[in-house]
Amino acid sequence: MKITVNNKETEFDGTSVSDLAAQLQLPEKGVAVAVNNEMIPRSEWSATPLAENANVVIIKAACGG
Amino acid sequence: MFSEELEKIDWDETTRKIMSKTDADVRRALTKSHCDVEDFMAMLSPAAEPYLEQMAQLSKKYTEERFGNTMSMFIPLYITNSCSNSCVYCGFHVSNPMPRVILTPEQIENEYKAIKEIAPFENILLVTGENPAKAGVPYLAKALDIAKKYFSNLKIEVMPLAAEEYAELREHGLNGVICFQETYHKANYNIYHPRGMKSKFEWRVNGFDRMGQAGVHSIGMGVLIGLEKEWRTDITMMAYHLRYLQKKYWRTKYSVNFPRMRPAQNEGFHPNCYMTDKQLAQATFAMRIFDHDVDISYSTREPAFIRNNMAMLGVTTMSAESRVNPGGYHTYPQALEQFTVSDNRKVGDIIASLKAVGREPVWKDWDASFDHKAS
Amino acid sequence: MEKLVIAGKEFGSRLFLGSGKFSSNQVMEEAIKASGTEMVTLAMKRIELDDKEDDMLKHIAHPNIQLLPNTSGVRDADEAVFAAQMAREAFGTNWLKLEIHPDPRYLLPDSVETLKATEKLVKLGFVVLPYCQADPVLCRQLEEAGAATVMPLAAPIGTNKGLETKEFIRIIIEQAGVPVVVDAGIGAPSHAAEAMEMGASACLVNTAISVAGNPVEMAKAFKLAVEAGRMAYESGLGAVTSGNLVASASSPLTAFLND
Repeated sequence: MKITVNNKETEFDGTSVSDLAAQLQLPEKGVAVAVNNEMIPRSEWSATPLAENANVVIIKAACGG
Repeated sequence: MFSEELEKIDWDETTRKIMSKTDADVRRALTKSHCDVEDFMAMLSPAAEPYLEQMAQLSKKYTEERFGNTMSMFIPLYITNSCSNSCVYCGFHVSNPMPRVILTPEQIENEYKAIKEIAPFENILLVTGENPAKAGVPYLAKALDIAKKYFSNLKIEVMPLAAEEYAELREHGLNGVICFQETYHKANYNIYHPRGMKSKFEWRVNGFDRMGQAGVHSIGMGVLIGLEKEWRTDITMMAYHLRYLQKKYWRTKYSVNFPRMRPAQNEGFHPNCYMTDKQLAQATFAMRIFDHDVDISYSTREPAFIRNNMAMLGVTTMSAESRVNPGGYHTYPQALEQFTVSDNRKVGDIIASLKAVGREPVWKDWDASFDHKAS
Repeated sequence: MEKLVIAGKEFGSRLFLGSGKFSSNQVMEEAIKASGTEMVTLAMKRIELDDKEDDMLKHIAHPNIQLLPNTSGVRDADEAVFAAQMAREAFGTNWLKLEIHPDPRYLLPDSVETLKATEKLVKLGFVVLPYCQADPVLCRQLEEAGAATVMPLAAPIGTNKGLETKEFIRIIIEQAGVPVVVDAGIGAPSHAAEAMEMGASACLVNTAISVAGNPVEMAKAFKLAVEAGRMAYESGLGAVTSGNLVASASSPLTAFLND
């Protein structure tokens, strides 16, 4: 199915946020994920399903003042 | 609450600090545009005595910058001398066999009318002893309700109340509360106030927090000079208290008084210290340089020549033609007073003296219609 | 030097560093070390899906350094709350530099939204350090809302103009019950020293260090300036010579007291 990850349309074969994390090889630390504008704690990734057209935002650290 | 802050400030250590301030400390304080309590101690200390004239100049300058050439006028009205306290220095002492009076609402209204005959006063201060059963919050509320018809700025000087009680009185037009801590020396406080509600130091000293919590617009403070031998320390504690309140209840205006003990009727209490006129002036200047905005009030306790001269040097509020017994303006013009006033001049003479030193009396600088609580 | 305490945590250094605009993560890491800072800000960005760039986090993560994620990029209180939750999740800290600047040109903070966001974030358990206007009333309101510090700006971000808001910062310092961190606009060590002499609790510096000719040496210079300024403040600055204090034989205002 198709979902949006950081504004990019992405093909996704899994069902949950943890599947997406595995597919994208997200690091163990330093990232946060939101689905449809709601932050999903890492502990809830496996229990959080991703539906068609889900809007996923993934952030990490950046330089800034 | 301030009682917790006060625990952290050692009395003897503060006294030692004040008395060891040096010429350099004073000079540093006088050249700062904004002083802290340490600077205040320096200006209050004996080391500052040679700088009295310079302090007067600075005090005059800051006062004129913030207040212009104005003098806010107020008049006190004692509505009862009934009191359950036994403050050893006070004429209203519970065991003093004097006639006790609680003015009726009609008598209170007559007093208001009589005051308006004297001068166009708009700032009134209602004063009571401590008798919560007969002259408690409902009684004060009634007196405020009637006062609203005659005056635009209503203050009280009564026993410390609960925050809810202050808030309730605000709905009856209360704008300001004056309360003298008398002394910040906790141990000795109980010697002067051995019995009654007033013997509870914490209840009194934290009363100012409760006023702030209730959103009282104007809070007046003072220590009774004559109680503690180390009056400089007591005034310094008040400066700490003022700074604490200003930080915490920053929407409120503050005023300070330096009441010097006057002989009370029928009482044999001898003051433990005597503050000279020069020292009173020094404390006033120090307060003004420490805090450019605080209102400094001189009552008729002070003699005419002091009030005349200090009017242009830092004082911003004055009472005039005060009677310090209940019903003194109309109902009981001859009754016994709480203390003896020094400045007995008529309002007209006081105004003339103020104008002679370039101060314009202001009768009204607040209207209850500004206060949504009170309207 | 007195330790700085924010939300119960002690800091030995009163210099906070921003991590923006360094020429490389390597230079940034060296500058952080040279500055002796114990608090470094960082921002968040969306990951690139084929991202293989150097992870900046490993250059600033250190046991002695408190990470201070910012909410840069958000335009109102709701976006700030969302960003804060993302930051807490990603970096494992509830500390937050709250910055809300809808204006992309000068990056000036939105006071109304900053106050609203502070109220919300404090309730959500964040340690909130709001970047704000040098507005003494706002600072009191932020404090009442539970802010752990206030961080008034000295001048617009990145301008290096120094203490343009000096008199207001003075009032804020006089009134504050929480640490006052002067943020934004500090362009030279002398500016930082001046803020510290006035009694500021700390300075947050970024551009002045990151775009300096030699950022590492400049970081050292700021470290020394902040320490010098604080030391001077704690020691009590001497009197400025003033005409007011020339002794005069006559005493026109106080003669009445001699009678």
